[in-house]
Parts: sequence; structure tokens; C-alpha cells
Amino acid sequence: MSESQTPFVVELADVYKYFGNVIALSGVTFTLKRGEVHCLLGDNGAGKSTLIKILSGVHKADSGLYRVDGEPVSFSSPRDALEAGIATVYQDLSMIPLMSITRNFFLGSEPTKGWGPFRRFDVNGARETVLQEMQKMGIDIRDPEQAVGTLSGGERQSVAIARAVYFGARVLILDEPTSALGVKQAGMVLRYIARARSQGVAVIFITHNPHHAYPVGDRFTILKRGKTMGTFTKAELPRDEMIRMMSGMEDLERLEHELREFSAEGK
Amino acid sequence: MTEQGGAARTDERLLREGVIRRLVRRPELGAIGGAVLIWVFFAIIAGDRGFLSLRGTANYLGVSAELGILAIFVSLLMIGGEFDLSIGSIIGACGMIIAILPVEFGLNIWIAIAAAFGFALVIGALNGILVVRTGLPSFIITLASLFVVRGLTIGLTRVITGRTQVGGITDVAGYDTAQAFFASSLQIVDPASARAVTANFSVSILWCIVLMVLGTWLLRRTRAGNWIFGVGGDKNAARNMGVPVRRMKILLFMGTAAAACLVATIQVLSVGSADVLRGTGREFYAIIATVIGGTLLTGGYGSVIGPVFGALIVGMVQQGIVYTGIDSDWFQVFLGTMLVAAVMVNNYMRRLASEAKKKES
Repeated sequence: MSESQTPFVVELADVYKYFGNVIALSGVTFTLKRGEVHCLLGDNGAGKSTLIKILSGVHKADSGLYRVDGEPVSFSSPRDALEAGIATVYQDLSMIPLMSITRNFFLGSEPTKGWGPFRRFDVNGARETVLQEMQKMGIDIRDPEQAVGTLSGGERQSVAIARAVYFGARVLILDEPTSALGVKQAGMVLRYIARARSQGVAVIFITHNPHHAYPVGDRFTILKRGKTMGTFTKAELPRDEMIRMMSGMEDLERLEHELREFSAEGK
Repeated sequence: MTEQGGAARTDERLLREGVIRRLVRRPELGAIGGAVLIWVFFAIIAGDRGFLSLRGTANYLGVSAELGILAIFVSLLMIGGEFDLSIGSIIGACGMIIAILPVEFGLNIWIAIAAAFGFALVIGALNGILVVRTGLPSFIITLASLFVVRGLTIGLTRVITGRTQVGGITDVAGYDTAQAFFASSLQIVDPASARAVTANFSVSILWCIVLMVLGTWLLRRTRAGNWIFGVGGDKNAARNMGVPVRRMKILLFMGTAAAACLVATIQVLSVGSADVLRGTGREFYAIIATVIGGTLLTGGYGSVIGPVFGALIVGMVQQGIVYTGIDSDWFQVFLGTMLVAAVMVNNYMRRLASEAKKKES
């Protein structure tokens, strides 16, 4: 990598965000390397959502720096972020159940052919592209004309990921893609995250499940009460340690202690 | 139909999907089947009493076409997730504009028609902007404009003319060309009749078919069509994907208002007069035809072909009941029953089309 280029696609430095008198983020620093899966972990209310909303252009940071490819940016809408190649896949808000896979895939960016009043949605072209893209990602769908509602939750997330990659996302932000899924389905989504990484996409994977984060993540950032507890590589952070940090060590130890007492009483 | 698609490999499991499931996905199928059934029913009951004659056919097609024009646009709006109750009073208001401007102020009727369309588009845009800005249900907003527009029509007409009906349109400038365009009819001598009775196929039938074709093209083959489905299916998801949700909704409200104005034009030019109460209740008929046509009341699913056949059903029953000799009071009983049945069938169909089969995994 040349000297002038930063190793980071996306970089947040010392970011603060307030909602009224609530401090949602206080001095968060976050970096994303090219082609890595960076897991963002934290309990509810830790500031994960606020952080990704800043990254995806929904909110603006009150102070701090946001850089993309080393250049400072200031996104005023999700559209801006999308144009910079930063795509966000929300858990439920990206697929319309009653519409077909093809129509969902291209919603808002439909391919057209013809000109003037004869400019039309290239339905056949769209259908073929979807089939191809699905195959590239190894997603097994029966028929691109079937309604998205007939897909399982994991398949839906996978289609959404394939769509973001197809539309040129260099950075993919996945907001809790596995939290509502069963074990098998979550495994499927994790596989597509790895697949997206192998296509050169950098992924920010938000989750509160360390068992989903650990197998696929390259680096891990743990948020707690609006602050980072640090960023770690997999080698630096054994799984147990990660769980302890996420939940707040004392809490979990106390809980374990209590539970032991319960079972002792039961005997 | 266009199943070859060019893709080399089709999945072998496609076969299991089955033809029925594939057909069930088409929202207009129920209404087409229903229309055939209703036609057969009246052909048997009242075939020898004139329902099957050319004249009878022209009769119910004319009634259905006017309703169909409304239903096409109501369906587009409903697929887009909204609702318009104000079209009935827009018909009344536009009819009055078309009648009063030439009769009272001596304007060419084409100018009056243009003014009426302008008025309709403004009301439609207002409906849309209010719905989009306030976030209130379109039911409430358009219920309000239903009353406001009707009240204004009655009030202003009385102030200007001192009456509630305006006639004498047949003598005004531009009437002949406008009449040919909006209210002429194809007259065919009924070969079955002894006294050379003519059947008048109204040009509104042609309007309805042309709009149906254009509407289907819009919905299934343009970007805007995809956006309409998206906006009605889940407006937040559509917005996240970059669809201009607000603009689409406002345009759809303008569409229903323009359709109401077209129907008003057709009515005024074929009857030769305007009445402040014209169009009363039409909004409900249009909604019923649309729902019978398979469009989902909650948005995101439907067609424009279905609602046109829904309108055909309503028209056939309304006119057909006369031929059976049954008192036409019973028509509304039928309409209500039909509506409930259609909604239940629609819900079932949608579940078949959009939910995962529970057997799998």
C-alpha cells in the first residue's frame, strides 16, 4: 500500500453525539480497514445504532471527524453515503414482502431500456441479473419472480447483502442481520458476510451476539454506554474475554454467583 | 408466458411451484373469473329478456367503463398505500365548472374542460400534500375534502346561477368537437331486433380500455410502477432505497382527481347538463370495483386490469338486475355481499402468493 493511501476506508475520530441531554456517543474512535469484517459489539443502549446512523448518513456527529478514504466527509442523507459506496442493510427495513425478488432487488435503481416515452423497466434483464448475482453469492433461490415474503429471514438478509454488493458498496453496514434468526439461518448469513469480504467489500457487522461475531470477524470494537472499550484483533481477544467485556465483567460474575446460589438452594 | 427469459438454467424445483401458484400470483384473475360467472348467470336468468342483446351489452359496458376509468386510478393509488374518498365530489365540481364557464361566461367548452382538469389536479395535489405532510390517514383527509368540495360546488353554483343544475350545454362553442371526443358513440343497428333498434357503444369504453393498457404498462414496465408497489408495500423501505415516496403519493392523488374529472367531462357531454350532486357515492363504487378487482386495501399489491373487471362486474349486475325483473333495490345488497366475499378471497390469495410454505424447513 502506498504512503499516501490510508489503510482505512472509513474512519471516525473522537466522535460525540448528543440527543438533548443524553450523551449517545462520547469520544468514539472507529476504523475500518479495506476488506475486513469489523464487528461492532455492545449491549442495548451502548450506542451501536447511533454509530451506524452517523456512518450511513442518517445523523451527523456533533463533533469529531468522519473520513472516507482519508478525506473528511459530511453526509447529509443516506443517499450521500450510498454514493460514497457505503451501504446499510437494515434488519427489516430493506425488503418489501409483497414484491418479487427482482422488483425488490432493483427498487429505486431500476435498469431501463428504450428512450423518451418508451423508456421502460427492463424486466427480463433485471431477472437475469438477479439470477446471476444470486449465483455469484451462492444464494440458492428458486425463482426470482417469487415474492420476498416467501423467503426465510436468512434468505432475505442474503438477498439484501447481494443487492448492496451488486450496487457497488465498498462498505457494507449490517445492522443486526442475525439477531432474529435461528442457528442455521444465522450461519447462512455469516457465510454471505464472508463471501462479501472475499469480493473485497469491507463489512461493519453489528451484533450483540458474540457467537455470531467471533467466527467471521477480523477485528472487534466493543461499545459500552457510548464509549469504546477498545478495538481488538481476534488474537488479542479470546471469546470468553469478549463476552465478559460486552456484558460488563462484574455484572456477569455477580449473575453467575447468584445463579450458583439458586442452584445450591435447590438441592 | 415469457418463461424462457433467456436464462440458460432454470431451477429444477420450479416445476413443483406449480401452475396454480403461479396463476394465483396474478391479482386480476379472480375478477376476470367473477366477471365470466356473473355474465353466465345473467345470460341464463335474463338472456331472453335483453341482457344478451347488443343494446343490453352496450348499456352495461357504458356504465362499467365510466366506473372502470375511476377504478384504474383508484387502484394505482390504493397499490400506493392510500385512499381517496373525494372523487365523488370532484366529479360534481368538475361537471359544474365545465357547464358554468361556457353557459354563464360564454367561454369555449374546451377552455372549461381544461380549467376543470386544472382544478382537479390542484385538489388532488392538495389531498396528497396534506396526507404526506400531516401523516394523517388519507381516509380522514379525503373525507374532509369530499365534504369541502361538495359544499363549495353547491354554494358557488347557487351564488352564480341561483340554481343547482345547469343545462343548455349543447349550444355552446366547441360543444361538437368535445362531444365527439368524450361522449360520442358507435351506433350499431341490432340485427336481432325487429324495429331496427340501435345499440350505442359509448366512446367511454374506448377511453377505459386505453387507460387500462397505459396503466398496466405504467405499473408493470416502468420505474414509476415499481415505485408505486414499493411505496405501498413499505414506505420506509422504499425511502431507504431512494424512492421519492412523497412525490409518488402526491402524483397518485392527482391521478384519481384527474380520472374523476374525465368522468365528469364524459357525463356532462353525454347528458348535456350538470348537477351539483353528480357523482355522489361514486367514490364507494370505485373502491368496491377496485377491491373486487383484487387490489389490496392496505397497498402494495394489485393491478389495473382487475379493477376494470371489477367495474364490469358492478356494471353488469347494476344493469343486469333490471333485465331480470327483480327490483333494483336489491342491487346494493348484492354489492355489499360481493365486497366482503372479494376481500376474503383476496386475503386468502395474498397469503398463498406471499407467505412461506410452512412445510419447508
